[in-house]
Amino acid sequence: MNQIVEKVLFSEKVAKFVVDAPRIARSRKPGHFVILRVDEKGERIPLTIADADPVKGTITLVVQKMGVSSAKLFELNASDQILDLVGPLGKATHIHKPGTILACGGGVGVAPMLPIVEAFKKAGNRVISIIAARNKDLIILEDDIRKWSDEVIVMTDDGSYGTKGLVTAGAEMVIQRETVNECIAIGPAVMMKFTSLLTKKYNIPTQASLNAIMVDGTGMCGACRVSVGGRTMFTCIDGPEFDAHQIDFDELIMRLGGYSDEEKMASERYV
Amino acid sequence: MMSTNKEYLQIEREKEWRAQLRKKIANKDRTAKTRTQMPELDPFVRIRYQDREVNTGLSAQQAVAEASRCLDCVNPTCIEGCPVSINIPKFIKYIEQGEFLEAAKTLKETSALPAVCGRVCPQEKQCEATCFYTQKLKKDPVAIGHLERFAADYERESGSMSVPEVAAPNGIKVAAIGSGPASLSFAGDMIKLGYDVTVFEALHEIGGVLKYGIPEFRLPNKIVDVELANLEQMGVKFVRNFIVGKTASFDDLKEEGFQAFFVASGAGLPRFMNIPGENYNGILSSNEYLTRVNLMNAASDEFDTPIIKGKSVAVIGGGNTAMDSVRTAKRLGAERAMIVYRRSRHEMPARVEEVHHAEEEGIEFLNLTNPVEYFADQKGKVNRMRVQRMELGEPDASGRRSPVVIEGSEYDIPVDLVVVAVGVSPNPLIPSEVKDLKVTRWGTIVVNEETMQCSIPELFAGGDIVRGGATVILAMGDGRKAAANMDEYLKSK
Ligand SMILES: Cc1cc2nc3c(=O)[nH]c(=O)nc-3n(C[C@H](O)[C@H](O)[C@H](O)COP(=O)(O)OP(=O)(O)OC[C@H]3O[C@@H](n4cnc5c(N)ncnc54)[C@H](O)[C@@H]3O)c2cc1C
Ligand SMILES: Cc1cc2nc3c(=O)[nH]c(=O)nc-3n(C[C@H](O)[C@H](O)[C@H](O)COP(=O)(O)OP(=O)(O)OC[C@H]3O[C@@H](n4cnc5c(N)ncnc54)[C@H](O)[C@@H]3O)c2cc1C
Ligand code: SF4
Ligand code: SF4
Ligand code: FES
Repeated sequence: MNQIVEKVLFSEKVAKFVVDAPRIARSRKPGHFVILRVDEKGERIPLTIADADPVKGTITLVVQKMGVSSAKLFELNASDQILDLVGPLGKATHIHKPGTILACGGGVGVAPMLPIVEAFKKAGNRVISIIAARNKDLIILEDDIRKWSDEVIVMTDDGSYGTKGLVTAGAEMVIQRETVNECIAIGPAVMMKFTSLLTKKYNIPTQASLNAIMVDGTGMCGACRVSVGGRTMFTCIDGPEFDAHQIDFDELIMRLGGYSDEEKMASERYV
Repeated sequence: MMSTNKEYLQIEREKEWRAQLRKKIANKDRTAKTRTQMPELDPFVRIRYQDREVNTGLSAQQAVAEASRCLDCVNPTCIEGCPVSINIPKFIKYIEQGEFLEAAKTLKETSALPAVCGRVCPQEKQCEATCFYTQKLKKDPVAIGHLERFAADYERESGSMSVPEVAAPNGIKVAAIGSGPASLSFAGDMIKLGYDVTVFEALHEIGGVLKYGIPEFRLPNKIVDVELANLEQMGVKFVRNFIVGKTASFDDLKEEGFQAFFVASGAGLPRFMNIPGENYNGILSSNEYLTRVNLMNAASDEFDTPIIKGKSVAVIGGGNTAMDSVRTAKRLGAERAMIVYRRSRHEMPARVEEVHHAEEEGIEFLNLTNPVEYFADQKGKVNRMRVQRMELGEPDASGRRSPVVIEGSEYDIPVDLVVVAVGVSPNPLIPSEVKDLKVTRWGTIVVNEETMQCSIPELFAGGDIVRGGATVILAMGDGRKAAANMDEYLKSK
């Protein structure tokens, strides 16, 4: 059992949870995630560790309400317990100093991007972050991202905040303006796909952090398999980050819909 | 070890009650009896329930009758076939005598999980294969597995479970990694020796494959839970949601006082065939399929984890995992539930009983058949598979005749769910987290076979992480061996 220490609502659909998990807080690195199960009947869902405080023994998760499981978590409040929480899972991000980093985060993807941006900044890189969402209400963690970025560009689909347009428009503007040595893309699969196509055009090495469907997170089930460079990989143990230019995004998008009929039925039962 | 000792067997055998019992029935009358059949649920009834056990268990009368077939041999070859050296004639003779609780106690002298092994051991390849009846009389062996299950079940249901004696605590902390049968049997032995034992498990449930893999209709979870409670009562600590090497490193644990480790992290990594279309939706590993159903209760509407309930289901493979998957699919409403296996029935690695039960349940067997490609609808959901026919060629290294493709024999089968059960590879988590740990080309951990010790002296290993996908009882045998040798190692340190 892990206690929720603090909950902050970012919007109607996005919230931050600070959770008591001393071991994980100590051993996690940027790029790692956890798997949790809210209650006895719950699903095991993966969530990135957005931040951690090894002294207080807490980790921070940022959750977007999607279907039943994320909604159940969303309903919990400070001092409530999460039944099962395991981690840190996945391979940590390879942090190094290529020079200028362009970090593109879409929607709730900005949360997993935060520790990566922080680590690259601390490693001495120039970091330019683009945070994008459908509208102003869905822009999250702007101040935290600003703290670790040399420049932040905000993009919204509807122009309600920052610049109107997609993440790729902002990214292309930066790439044409200055030399970008490496790019990171985290967000919805479609967003990562188009970001990857863009950086491929400019030959910029790009990492994408994938949100495949998972069950165990330990390499045991293969639900999270993705094709990277023509080979089947398991997102939970080989990833979640991969060379974006090698990823078969269309397959990923198809696989994310693998249980959509069943999930829809579950949602209908839930409401 | 006391129990493998010939002398000890001899002393036990010469006890008055056993000598008397042997005289009660002449051997030729014993051998004239036919083997008692295990009562089963009707196939038409049982395929409607995911959670009703197929074998319903011997009655006391049936058990006594079957026990009286055992000749209490001077040289009980049956024991040689049991990886944990259960004193088979002793427990069976207690059953014949009607002392069922004593029989259960005998089982527990050497086995941490008798109710489990009685159900899932491939007895026909182990103890029953080396029984005098099989070897010398060419008759059906004594139903050792069924009797073992009977005694363990009797004890559990009697409400007077005996808790094995535990030595005074010696304060030495040891850890087991993974909570499958290898670890459980290790933990049982170490706690008896007085060690402070903690079992770490990555998942939210204790039991390894016994919980997430083997279905309820074959091994009810509540039976595993009773055995776990027994270990807990003896003082074993279980820590869930803890991945050794990730949540904490070996160094962290050493700092916390753990002096030696038993690695039993299993062969969890599912293999796929790498054929076109294998990543379409509706094609999953048996591990995923069975985990969703058994660990996550996905077949029940009350639980959040989804499952695809296929109407036309193909399961690829011929092992226990394949049988469990295909029979699960049948129970979840499949109209066609098929085994697609590239060799013939004779080569199937599954327990004979499971294949037989599957046949009774209306499972179709497409033997000598192999998938070559999958096709899907516009949404990427599988709807058809292409297979080719095979024939058996020369025996390969494993002694099994290897399948050869019949050219031009391809045909298509409509399917809406495919479960791939073609084997597992060792779980790579521990080998990748421990520098300098010696592993084989296949990723299994290298151990000294006599002691189960790894290339790093304070690490011992056993079960599937050492053997690749093997069996419950072999894993348990490893656990016992590792415990005895770790004890030696720690004492001499
Ligand atoms: C490594 C990793 C890290 C993640 N980190 C975060 C995070 O920090 N914050 C966060 O909010 N989410 C994160 N996710 C995604 C999160 O796990 C899913 O949103 C969640 O499992 C959905 O469960 P649900 O029952 O609420 O929705 P479901 O009912 O399962 O799904 C609702 C809808 O979302 C789609 N969907 C299902 N799974 C995913 C998925 N993995 N990604 C995108 N769409 C999906 C379905 O097709 C469906 O239409 C991460 C995923 C992975 C693999
Ligand atoms: C569906 C199925 C049916 C089977 N049927 C039979 C049968 O009828 N008869 C038979 O004899 N055998 C059967 N087997 C095989 C048998 O179950 C295995 O050989 C046996 O369970 C191996 O035991 P183990 O202790 O080595 O590991 P496992 O039972 O595999 O347990 C390993 C455990 O370790 C955990 N783990 C892994 N890494 C870590 C880590 N770093 N930290 C913490 N925990 C970790 C895993 O989550 C897992 O729970 C079957 C297997 C399957 C999958
Ligand atoms: S544990 Fe398995 S091999 Fe040993 S006696 Fe029992 S059924 Fe036979
Ligand atoms: S070999 Fe068979 S008959 Fe002889 S003691 Fe063992 S079980 Fe009984
Ligand atoms: S989530 Fe099961 S293997 Fe990756």
